[in-house]
Amino acid sequence: MARAYWALFAGQFRSVTAYRASFAVELFSNLGVIVFDVLAVLVLFSVTRTLGGFTVREVLVMVSLTACTFALADLAVGNIERVKTYVRSGRLDTVLLRPLGALPQLLLMDMPLKKVSRSLFALAVLAVALHLAGVTWTPARAALLAATVAGAVTFFGAFFVAGASVAFWWVESGELANSVTYGGREFAGYPVPVFEGWFRNTFAYGLGFAFVGYHPALALLGRADPLGLPAWSGWAAPLVALPAAGAAAAVWRLGIRHYRSTGS
Amino acid sequence: MHGPTATADWISWPRVRAFGALAAAGYRRHSTYRQAAVAGATTNVVFGFIKVYVLLAVVAAGGAAVGYDRRQIVTFVWVAQGLLTVVLMWSWTELSERIRSGDVVTDLLRPLPPVVAYLAEDLGRAGQAVLTRFLPPVVVGALVFGLYVPGRWFTVPLFALSVLLATVCSFCCRYLVNATAYWLADARGPIVLWGVGSGVLAGLYFPLRFLPDPVAVALWVATPFPGLMQTPLDVLVERDGPALQCGLVALQAVWAALLLLACDRTQRRAERRLVLQGG
Repeated sequence: MARAYWALFAGQFRSVTAYRASFAVELFSNLGVIVFDVLAVLVLFSVTRTLGGFTVREVLVMVSLTACTFALADLAVGNIERVKTYVRSGRLDTVLLRPLGALPQLLLMDMPLKKVSRSLFALAVLAVALHLAGVTWTPARAALLAATVAGAVTFFGAFFVAGASVAFWWVESGELANSVTYGGREFAGYPVPVFEGWFRNTFAYGLGFAFVGYHPALALLGRADPLGLPAWSGWAAPLVALPAAGAAAAVWRLGIRHYRSTGS
Repeated sequence: MHGPTATADWISWPRVRAFGALAAAGYRRHSTYRQAAVAGATTNVVFGFIKVYVLLAVVAAGGAAVGYDRRQIVTFVWVAQGLLTVVLMWSWTELSERIRSGDVVTDLLRPLPPVVAYLAEDLGRAGQAVLTRFLPPVVVGALVFGLYVPGRWFTVPLFALSVLLATVCSFCCRYLVNATAYWLADARGPIVLWGVGSGVLAGLYFPLRFLPDPVAVALWVATPFPGLMQTPLDVLVERDGPALQCGLVALQAVWAALLLLACDRTQRRAERRLVLQGG
């Protein structure tokens, strides 16, 4: 069984490294995504001193924490996004006929090498941001960081899986899930007080994105929430991750059962 | 395939008709993806909310240093969200896929040069996107936040011209990026690089006017990127006086001409060295 998975993985590795020039450019561009995230924040702060009451160093912790956990989630399960092309073309039949799990096969059917480099780079950026912010490290804060990374990766991963499952019902609507998955990533990188009204409530508390970037960052920085949530909300990343993962697994299973081949 | 000919022959009535027919085909082709249009417009609207709140916070805290007032920044964000799919910054891989599979050979047999044929289809696609993708974010922005109303009579027609030029420039850039497949066989890397670089350099992440002046000027003059998004937006919100407002559009026109020329040259060079894939 493991050998079969390894064969899938090795085949993908050979296929991407066949076009070296193109692959090298892709690898480089993937780092660019994170560079530009950081650059965008620096440029915004070149015309203002504070954003939602936070300094550039504090916002950089939120941005890098989100970028890093999102990159790790993308590395782990991001390939699931390809399910929509498989459903549309009917190639999912091949996947379902093999004596291997559908989810692990789909995850191995694209080479995640470029995503490894992106994740490592994002981790380095996070380390620099935490250092610049002058976080005073205690055992509790180290545990908080570990729990937050684990929780946030699971949380974003759940959105990837649940979002991709939409394709089982609406083949053309893969992008609908992006609005929540990538929108949530963007949202989680900024201080929640920046947003207002029902939009803030939906994304921050309804969907839970406040608890994977903003609130853990507040706890790490030792700041109170200007919106008045208690200090323990900084520890809530694993709490929102578990129900999200459970719901995503359920949606995926429903989707696989709902799948009708195109017959082509 | 299409050697140098006299201009009178080049712009002939059958060719103009073929161009129109291809544009209409592009329009109809993209009208069929209704689910995708709804999903895409929803994503544009969600990102619009995020960006508008962030930039409103910047305006609130930064004051005059920002260079845009509240209404202007709101309009900047929502019209940008609407233009994204009209100008089509991303996700165009058709040419590179046809080069990879060898299907591009049928494009060479058509009566129009490939660059012109693809441009016609792309303009049809853009026209369709104006209805399905431009309007939803702009309407949401107008209803929830209220948009800037231009004060000069010529601003709206100038904006329309600027959007047309932005679409042509974007098409040319995408064409050139895809055409790297003639040499690399696989254009995924360049396409990803374009996707990452174009967004930030065109003003999608932050208004380019936030950059230090020398950097902004260099971007405008030396690269086509501001002309893809920032220029039409600045024209619409009347960021500058009338002279500079028109000057920016003129600069866009220069870039459009240069890029079309570059596409034509690249295509000819590729045809001379093309080894067809497939069988």
